[in-house]
Amino acid sequence: MFSMRAPGSACPRCRHTKKGGTVAKSSGGNAFVEFQHVQKSYDGEVLVVKDLNLSMPKGEFLTMLGPSGSGKTTCLMMLAGFETATHGEIMLDGQPINNIPPHKRGIGMVFQNYALFPHMTVAENLSFPLEVRKMGKSEREEKVKRALDMVQMGSFGGRRPAQLSGGQQQRVALARALVFQPELVLMDEPLGALDKQLREHMQFEITRLAHELGITTVYVTHDQTEALTMSDRVAVFNDGRIQQLAPPDELYERPQNSFVAQFIGENNTLTGVVKSIDGDKCVVKLDSGEEIDAVPVNVTKAGERTKVSIRPERVEFNKSRLQKGAHTLKAEVAEFIYMGDIFRFRLKVAGNDDFIVKTRNAPDAVRLTPGSEIEIGWLAEDCRALDA
Amino acid sequence: MSETTQTGPMLSADGVPLKTSLARALRRQKTRALLLIAPLLAFVIITFIIPIASMLFRSVENQIVSNTLPQTVAIVGDTTAQEASMDEMLFRVLYLDMYRAVEAKAHTRLGSRLNYEKSGISSLFRTSGRKLETVGEDFEDFFKDADSGMVKGPFWHELMQGEGGEDLLNDRLGLLTDLTSLEASGDLGFTLSGEAAALLPWAARAYADWALFTAIVDEKDVSTKKPWAGVYAALALDLADPATQSAVAAYGGSGAAELQAAVANIADMPATEFRAYFEDIDDKWVAPETWALLKVFGSQYTSGYFLNAVDMKLTPDGIEQRPDNERLYLKLFKRTLIMSMVITVSCIVLGYPVAWLLANLPMRSANVLMILVLLPFWTSLLVRTSAWKVLLQQQGVINDILVWLGFVADDSRLIMMNNSTGTIIAMTHILLPFMILPLYSVMKTIPPTYLRAAKSLGATNWTAFWRVYFPQSVPGIGAGSILVFILAIGYYITPEIVGGTDGVFISNRIAYHISSSLNWGLAAALGTILLAVVMLLYWLYDRIVGIDNVKLGG
Repeated sequence: MFSMRAPGSACPRCRHTKKGGTVAKSSGGNAFVEFQHVQKSYDGEVLVVKDLNLSMPKGEFLTMLGPSGSGKTTCLMMLAGFETATHGEIMLDGQPINNIPPHKRGIGMVFQNYALFPHMTVAENLSFPLEVRKMGKSEREEKVKRALDMVQMGSFGGRRPAQLSGGQQQRVALARALVFQPELVLMDEPLGALDKQLREHMQFEITRLAHELGITTVYVTHDQTEALTMSDRVAVFNDGRIQQLAPPDELYERPQNSFVAQFIGENNTLTGVVKSIDGDKCVVKLDSGEEIDAVPVNVTKAGERTKVSIRPERVEFNKSRLQKGAHTLKAEVAEFIYMGDIFRFRLKVAGNDDFIVKTRNAPDAVRLTPGSEIEIGWLAEDCRALDA
Repeated sequence: MSETTQTGPMLSADGVPLKTSLARALRRQKTRALLLIAPLLAFVIITFIIPIASMLFRSVENQIVSNTLPQTVAIVGDTTAQEASMDEMLFRVLYLDMYRAVEAKAHTRLGSRLNYEKSGISSLFRTSGRKLETVGEDFEDFFKDADSGMVKGPFWHELMQGEGGEDLLNDRLGLLTDLTSLEASGDLGFTLSGEAAALLPWAARAYADWALFTAIVDEKDVSTKKPWAGVYAALALDLADPATQSAVAAYGGSGAAELQAAVANIADMPATEFRAYFEDIDDKWVAPETWALLKVFGSQYTSGYFLNAVDMKLTPDGIEQRPDNERLYLKLFKRTLIMSMVITVSCIVLGYPVAWLLANLPMRSANVLMILVLLPFWTSLLVRTSAWKVLLQQQGVINDILVWLGFVADDSRLIMMNNSTGTIIAMTHILLPFMILPLYSVMKTIPPTYLRAAKSLGATNWTAFWRVYFPQSVPGIGAGSILVFILAIGYYITPEIVGGTDGVFISNRIAYHISSSLNWGLAAALGTILLAVVMLLYWLYDRIVGIDNVKLGG
C-alpha cells in the first residue's frame, strides 16, 4: 500500500527515473494520489521536503502529522497546486498534475482560518465554486442547500461569516469545500482555532462526512490525538521526510524509530547497548549495567547502541503477570499522581528519574507510596529497541 | 439588600445618587484628559477654527456701507431710489456723513467695496472727497465776512460747550466708533450744550462730529481749534431756516452777537442747496442708479458675494444672471470638479497595481518600493511641479524624445502644458502617494489565503481577483479617493504653475481675490461654496458607499 524509505537512505529511483524516462508505480494501479520522489526547496539551499514517496487509494483518510517546519503543509500546498515541486512527480488519479493550475485540479480545500470570503453571505460563499463552474441558478441553489443541510447549517445561508461562531464558520468552510463534489479534499489544520470540546465534536463530524461521501481526504495537523482518532493512516513527518506511515494502532504500538515513539503518545526511553539478538528478541544492556528484554526494530547486530522504548501503560509491577525468566529492573517510587481514571507514578529506574507508569484505577489497583522500592518488568514485545 | 426593590435612581452606599457619585469619580480623570489636550485645542481654535469662521463670515458681511454712511443709508432704506435722488434732505445728511468719512479716510474703502458691484463708483467717492471741503469753505468765507470771530475756535467752543446735549453727543460718538473702530477713552474735554443743540441742530451735529474726531482721533484740544469747513455749511443750513433766524434774534447766550450779525447778512449767504452742490461735484450723485446701488447694498449682510460666486448679481430689480461674457465661476467650479475626478480615477488606475505589489512582494523588495513611493514626499512640491514644467513644455524632455523617436513631427510638438492636460498629469503624480498608502494599508490586511481559497474552489486568477480580492480592497479605494479628491479640489500651486488659463482651478481664483483684487468677500464666498460642495460629496459618498467602509489602515 505504501512505500517508506528509511531515513538517510539514498534514492536510487531518482537516477533511474531520469535515465529510463518512466516511473515505476510503487503501489500498483489503484493509487489515487501519488507522490513520486518529490523534493521541494524554497531558497535553493535547504530542502524542505526530501524525497517524498506516498500513495493513497481512493476513499482513504490520510493524516500528515508532524511538528511545525516538518514539511507537511508544504506537501499539502504542492498537492493543491499553490507550490510547485522542485523535483519529482505528483499524480492524481493516474495523471501528472505538476503543470495543472490549482483551479483546474478540482480539489476541495479547507484552510486553517477557514478563508470564508467576508464580503459574501454563507450561501454566496458556497455558491461561488458552482458559479465559476457556470452552473445554473436553480441547480446551484439546490446544491448549496443540500451542502448546508449536510453540516446542519441550513438556516444560516443569509448570514455573513463574521456573524458566525468559530465552529459554525468551520462547518461552512467544510461545506464550501465539499459543495462542488470534489473527489479529493485537503484540510490544513482546520480545527486549530476551536476549543477542545468543539474540536472533538468536529473531528467526529469530519470523519463521518468523509466516510459517508466516500471522498479521499488529506488532513494536516500537529495534534496527535486528532491524527490517531480520525485517520485510516497517519504519515508522521519530520525533517522533510515521512518517518512512518501506518494505521493509528500500528503507529502507537509499533513505532518504527525513536522519533515516532517519542512523538506519538507518552513514552519511556532507556539507553543502552545490544548484547545479543535472537530472532525477534534481543537483550539490551543498559548504561546502568542492568539487562532487559526487547524486540529489535532497527538494530541488527550485537554491540549497537540503542534506545529502548516502552509505553507507560505496558509496564508491569505484578511479577505474576510477567513471563518466566524475564528480566526485571529495580525501581524507586518518586511520585504518585492521582488522576481519577488512572494512577500515574513517576519512578527512578536505571538512572532515569522520569520513568512514568500508568495503571487503571481498578478495584484491585495498588497505590504505591513514594519512597518504596519495587521491581518492574514488561512483556518483551512491548519493549522496542530503536535507533539511538 | 434593598437595592433590588427600591424605585427611583440608584443610590451609592452613602445615599448620594449613583450617577452623581460616578460623575464625581470620573471628574478628575476627565479634567486631566482635558488638560492634556488643552494646548492642541487652543492651537486649533486660534489658528484654524477662528480664522476659518471669520473668513466664512466675510462672505456675507457688508457693514462697511452702513458704517460709513449710516444716516444716509437709513433714509435710502425707507424710500425708492428715484425719490432718494431728488430728496434735498437726503443730500444734507449725506454731506455730514461723507464729510466725516472723508476726514476718517473711509470713503475710498467704501468706494472700492461698491466698485465690486458697479464699476466706476470707486472714482466717484475718491474725487468727491476734496470737493466737499470746497463747498464748506464758501460758507466759511461768508461767516468770516459777517464776523471774523466766527472762524475762530473759542467762538464755537463757547457756543457749543454746555450741559444737556449728552444724548446727541452719544449718538454721534456711536457713528464715529462704527466708522473708525476706535473706542473713546477717558475725558473728551467737551460736553454739548442742549440749548445750542436745540437752537442750531445741524451745526450742533457737525460740531459734535468734529469735536469727537479731534479729541479721539487727532487727540487735540477742542476748545481752541477752528472746526472743519463742513461745520460752517451745517450752520448755514440752520440759519437759512426762518424759524431759526427768529430764534437767534431772541437768543442771548454766548456767541449771540456773532450769530445775529450773520443773520443780518443772510441775503449774502450762498444758497443751501446740497443736491445741487453734489450734482456739481459729479452728476452720478443725482443718478437714481447710484442710489439704487446704495439701497441694495446698504444692509448689514448681503447675499451679493455668493451671487457673484455663482455668476449672478443682485440688482434693484432682484437677482439676475450675469451676461455671458462675465460668467466665470460656475465654469471654473465645473472644471475643478471634473478635473479632480479625472485625477482621482487616474490615481486609482495607476496606484492600485503599485499598492498590490507593495502588499504582496517580500519584505525587502516591498521596502525599496515603498521608499520609491515616498520619495516624492521628501521633495519640495514646488520642485516637483517645476520639474513637470521642464518635462512637459514644447521644447521639453518628453517632446524632444517623441520627436527624436519620430512619433511626432518637429513642427507639431504636443502641447502638454498650460492646459488641463498639464494639470492632470502633474497633479496625478503629486497626489499618487495619497492613493497608494491607504490602498496599501487595506491590502496588507487581506490575507493571501482568500485568493488561494478562491482558486482551490475553481476560480481563474482573474475571477479570484475580481470576485474575492477586489471587493475587499474597495474600502482602500474609497479612502484614497476621498483623500485625493478633496486634496485635488483645493489644489493651488500646481495648477498655477502648469495650468495656464485652461488648467486653473477655483482655488487659483480664490487666491487671486485674496492677494490681488482684495475682494475678500467674494473669495470667502467661493471658499464657502467649495467647502459646501466637498461636504455634499462626502455626504453622498456616505450614503452610497458608507463611511464605515473607508479604512485608512488596519
